[in-house]
Amino acid sequence: MNWAELFPMGMAHYAIGGLLIGAGVSWLFVSTGLMGGASSFLTTVWTYLTKDKRFATDSNVSSRTWRNVYSLGLIAGAFIGVQLFGLPMNVTEVAPWQLVIGGLITGFGVRLSSGCTSGHGICGMALLDLDSILAVLVFLSTAIVVAHLVTMFGGVA
Amino acid sequence: MRPIALLQVFIAGGLFGLGLTYATMVQPEVVLSFLNFNDFGLLLVLGCATGLTFVVYQLIPRIRKAPLFAAKFSARPANARSRTLLGALVFGIGWGLSGVCPGPAIASVGAGNWPVLYALGGMLIGAYLQGRFFSAK
Repeated sequence: MNWAELFPMGMAHYAIGGLLIGAGVSWLFVSTGLMGGASSFLTTVWTYLTKDKRFATDSNVSSRTWRNVYSLGLIAGAFIGVQLFGLPMNVTEVAPWQLVIGGLITGFGVRLSSGCTSGHGICGMALLDLDSILAVLVFLSTAIVVAHLVTMFGGVA
Repeated sequence: MRPIALLQVFIAGGLFGLGLTYATMVQPEVVLSFLNFNDFGLLLVLGCATGLTFVVYQLIPRIRKAPLFAAKFSARPANARSRTLLGALVFGIGWGLSGVCPGPAIASVGAGNWPVLYALGGMLIGAYLQGRFFSAK
């Protein structure tokens, strides 16, 4: 086993992409003091549609504007990457049922966990938060097992 | 929040979205390829992103009293450990099935990876169900 086998698509774009992501999360903190994962948006956006107090908490309502703007930034950055810089982008062939069901389970899980790959993985681990580090180990190992099972039973992978 | 601060939030999100696209993470196949041990590149993405953020999170509050465009540095909201870990377990199931996590799901709209909207729609419904029936209070 050598490096080329571990990284058949190369290493540089992964490292540079990671540094850009880190630069974004870091700039958010340096400029505004905020720690931003991507997934809280999935809850705060509902505060526009429901007055239910389980959604319309002070923290959800007060953070919803910047979380919208952060999400718009994510969209704009990806748009610029593909349209202006010509980064490679192949439309996914993962089955719609995998995307819908997987998305539903993901949306539920990340909100129960209060964080996702960015909230726990980047922000939480960068704070050396023990719960976030444990959460990353749990979701990474679970996802590895499930992806292997899906492959074993013939799903797109 | 002041408009100048919101502009910084937009720029930060933009770098995040550009990075996800540069790292090809807006393609679920790449994520599934990692989870199936065919390509370990995502460990590089996570390592570089977290490493840089670690330095900034640890260093900046020591050399500055406040962020550039706000009154204070804020903390991540607290969550019970049992909820954090149970949620992470559930999240892992969904991530392993779809290859899509929330950041790339949102960024995919800009990248033009339209089928990923199925996953984003699912996430919004999943987040609603969590908030409606399993919120902390």
